[in-house]
Amino acid sequence: MTTALSIARDVNAGERSASSVLAASLAIVAARNEELNVFLHVDHEGATAMAAAVDERVAQGLNAGPLAGVPIAIKDNMCQTGIPTTCSSRILDGWRPPYNATVIDRLIAAGAVPVGKTNLDEFAMGSSTETSAFGPTRNPLDPTRVPGGSSGGSAAAVAAGMTPLSLGSDTGGSIRQPAALCGVVGMKPTYGLVSRYGLIAFASSLDQIGPFAATVTDSALLLEVIAGHDPRDTTSLPEPSPVLVAHVNDGVAGKRIGLVRELVEGADEDVVNAVNSAAEALRAAGATIVELSIPELRLGLSAYYLIAPAEASSNLARYDGVRFGLRVNGDDVTAMMEATRTAGFGAEVKRRIMLGTYALSAGYFDAYYGQALKVRTLMIDAFRRAYDHVDLLLGATTPSVAFAFGAKSHDPMAMYLSDVFTIPTNLAGEAAISVPFATGEAGLPIGVQILGPGRSEAQLFAAARVLEIADGRP
Amino acid sequence: MAELTRSEVAYVAKLARLTLSDEELDLFTVQLGKILIHAQDMSALDLSELLPTAHPFGLVNVLRADEVRPSLDRDVVLAEAPDAHEGRFAVPRILGEAP
Repeated sequence: MTTALSIARDVNAGERSASSVLAASLAIVAARNEELNVFLHVDHEGATAMAAAVDERVAQGLNAGPLAGVPIAIKDNMCQTGIPTTCSSRILDGWRPPYNATVIDRLIAAGAVPVGKTNLDEFAMGSSTETSAFGPTRNPLDPTRVPGGSSGGSAAAVAAGMTPLSLGSDTGGSIRQPAALCGVVGMKPTYGLVSRYGLIAFASSLDQIGPFAATVTDSALLLEVIAGHDPRDTTSLPEPSPVLVAHVNDGVAGKRIGLVRELVEGADEDVVNAVNSAAEALRAAGATIVELSIPELRLGLSAYYLIAPAEASSNLARYDGVRFGLRVNGDDVTAMMEATRTAGFGAEVKRRIMLGTYALSAGYFDAYYGQALKVRTLMIDAFRRAYDHVDLLLGATTPSVAFAFGAKSHDPMAMYLSDVFTIPTNLAGEAAISVPFATGEAGLPIGVQILGPGRSEAQLFAAARVLEIADGRP
Repeated sequence: MAELTRSEVAYVAKLARLTLSDEELDLFTVQLGKILIHAQDMSALDLSELLPTAHPFGLVNVLRADEVRPSLDRDVVLAEAPDAHEGRFAVPRILGEAP
């Protein structure tokens, strides 16, 4: 598959039409979607019209934007006017948002062509897409295995060559973990860098939209387009989109990078070896590698699995059968709400709502939720101390390569451990990237994770680019 | 911390407006109990000196001028509602008959 960068260049130069690029993308979707279950909805009509509009601009001699004619897949928890948006839940089945998420407006303004909505774990709660009400997505590299989650459909869209770019959301690793398992680049930006307006809320203090791409440069290009202040999101950082693409080849010479024990411990041997090789490659490119221990990171999983469900139990209170989505009738309004929620939510969503409701309930609030918020402070302080000594941190994205369907779906705690290395970044509101590096069991990809403080995206892309080159993708 | 009981799970389900079957109650009691046991690595810590962080950068009020601006069209919004009546969301009866 051609890169987004080259598609946009060719389309703006009049050497390829956006319509022909879209046709090629849709042909791959048509050939593989039935098997892989990547897209829940393909917007043939809308995408065709948007591609034609891009071609019209080029015909008029206008610049059609930095993503001119680039097909892009959208995780189905982002609103697009008139396009079914389900969060992979029965409770929103058939709902069509009356407005665009800010990221959709920015993509269209940049000339990108959203082709459809991708599968996810229900309400982004899961690490395999197995909790989707519409069936799991299959990993394009090995259809007997999961693509990771929750943004499994978006990771698979890029891995299968259906679209060069896609958008995901990352609350505890939901971009980086599927990127690692599908062998693509996934970035979780600094909290507030990308507007959450129109992203259906899971855990509002942790959720962040970010890019999937096959290459580091494409990932930076997409983030440049979607980042930047949005007055419609009160948590949006009050600053313009950072310059990223111009810095992807800055390298790591002179940088200090911490290899973090807690971000590899417990990982499979092939994963540990890949991280060590990545450290070697960064050292060869001029970085100083420092071995570090940040024991506080071990508490991340516990804090996350109280904070995220607590926020979710509040955010998901809005699905009550009154204003949108499913309604199951009952004798009175309370019975209606209870019947609607019982029928509309799947088991994992119910589990997390229950956990969050419990953690927030009288008598347990201080012991669970209150303590978790203090652990969050502890983690932020620990990261800050680490960044006094090093520029970036290095570790694994996931403990293993892609696992088989059913391997963890009956044991929530085992599934939650898939996110053990990605969660701390969300709790701290910082940035991290997963980049494919080496291969492991059965030739499957391994994701190496680079973490940085808030607003370190340019440095993260530059370091990831070093690994991309070292791994033979110049 | 005391172990999670089946009756606590049933009570929380009521608060969350969820109806759980007997099998789900049994399963959730075990599964949620395991998650809470994992969380005990936190409860063992003395964090009394630390302030809680509810939000990574601290939330501040964001204000704008109090001016009327266009918003979503009411009919468009109500078109997505399960039931609407005379420009409003409609729900089953909330109040009983007058005594």
